[in-house]
Amino acid sequence: MITLQDLRKVYQTRSGEVVALDGISLEIPQGQIHGIVGQSGAGKSTLIRCLTALERPTTGSVIVDGAEVSALSEALLRQARRRIGMVFQHVNLFEARTAAANIAYPLAIAGVPRAQRAIRVQELLDLVGLGDRGDAYPAQLSGGQKQRVGIARALATEPAVLLCDEPTSALDSTTTRQILRLIRDVRDRLGITVVIITHETSVVREVCDAATLLADGRIVESGPLADVVTRPGSPLSQALVPVPDVGVGDQRALVQVSAGGAQAQIAHALHAIATEPDAHVVAGSIETLGGVRVGRWHLDVADGDRVAVLSRLRAAGLAIEDDAA
Amino acid sequence: MNWWNELLANPAISEKLPEATLETLGMVAFASFWTALVGLPLGLVLHATGKGGTRPVPVLYVVLSALVNIGRAIPFIILIILLIPVTRAVVGTPLGWQAAVLPLAVGAVPFYARLVETSAREVAPGKIEAALMVGASRLRMTGGVIVREALPSLIAGFTVTVIALVGYSAMAGAVGGGGLGFLAITYGYQRFDASVMFAAVIVILAIVFLIQFLGDRAARLVDHR
Repeated sequence: MITLQDLRKVYQTRSGEVVALDGISLEIPQGQIHGIVGQSGAGKSTLIRCLTALERPTTGSVIVDGAEVSALSEALLRQARRRIGMVFQHVNLFEARTAAANIAYPLAIAGVPRAQRAIRVQELLDLVGLGDRGDAYPAQLSGGQKQRVGIARALATEPAVLLCDEPTSALDSTTTRQILRLIRDVRDRLGITVVIITHETSVVREVCDAATLLADGRIVESGPLADVVTRPGSPLSQALVPVPDVGVGDQRALVQVSAGGAQAQIAHALHAIATEPDAHVVAGSIETLGGVRVGRWHLDVADGDRVAVLSRLRAAGLAIEDDAA
Repeated sequence: MNWWNELLANPAISEKLPEATLETLGMVAFASFWTALVGLPLGLVLHATGKGGTRPVPVLYVVLSALVNIGRAIPFIILIILLIPVTRAVVGTPLGWQAAVLPLAVGAVPFYARLVETSAREVAPGKIEAALMVGASRLRMTGGVIVREALPSLIAGFTVTVIALVGYSAMAGAVGGGGLGFLAITYGYQRFDASVMFAAVIVILAIVFLIQFLGDRAARLVDHR
């Protein structure tokens, strides 16, 4: 549904060239919710602006729903954009229009007759759970309600792709969860492909099927969550299932181990750790990501016993992620 | 009510004042109309072609911007005189309130265009992107999003411009345009009839207050923020 081929974006600034995207190749299949994570400055925003053709890539191509948006003329691009819905961090609703009029705007642009517009707007308001707030102006809506209207507006022209740029970063945690649930619900009902740009790994944990980690304009790691979390040493997995850092005493070492797969494998790993006489858990977490159970622990091990302890744990099926010593 | 009868006994007040008021209102109304008609698109073009606009054309922006600056820099009373040949060619005569409409509009257009540009710049770029992202052309986006979102501010700016036009119209009156300004200057300054001058000033004040009141009402009516 979305194909990026060797995408590069270079900005010319007074102090020289800035490479925002450095050879991004990515394939996102239809119906997937794909998270793109990374620190600020990693290139996430540039990437989404290239997907919408608000920015043209320096080289490489962007193909969305069969159209190479990076090469379209202005008129064709306007057509293609109707197949791409966009949800913004700051929602960007038109404040001079009611919620219903905001949702009707893309329909008016697409030339949908007025009578049909009204029907579609009500369907969309119902879809996002705001069936009775159509007459409200954005100023009269809460942050979560505004983002619901933003999602409805993005879905108005029945796009094949929904691009979300930090859709929940301005919302509290409860509202975030509701909005993410709505996005997943929309995908399940409409079979739409969703890309979520975010700096919050919790968003990926909550809603994504697959994820890509960006750093310095490059893809560090990418794949379905089920694959990523069971990949030993995976930086994306470490970002998704973080374990707090803890201090340990002299002559002690902090070792990070992980296990992933079915519940039985987690149980086995827990047993191995619990029965290991020369190591104890100082921090850890177990989660379900992409339908896979994944556990990550920080172990406090005596320096002298490290090699023996680690080989026993490895034999029990645990991956040694980060051997601090 | 002796002073009131005395005022009405003065023909300059009972006959000339209503006439002059109508002339002033005529000058301001027509000049305002042309100012909106030309100043609004000009301001939007300035916004679109400027740095960070939706279609930056640096050369066009610099030229338009310079014209606007020149238009605003020339003192209005000099602008009227400079424009006499143009006025004569367009209107047929440089005299009378109808002729004053042209220099008034020419003086106010650059002023309002700048205010429009500033108002347009205050529309969040995200709203513009949201409109472009649903496939709106620049023209439709400009009308449907920039003008609509900036409407309260555009109306407030227009109110300021119309009030400035009331002031300009007094100067236009001084050089043959008629109206309240002309009345106040001829009677008050040249004939030392202060009561006529005061009466003219009070009518001007009433006009200005009324314009401000209507402008505030209109701006509030379209403001949903």
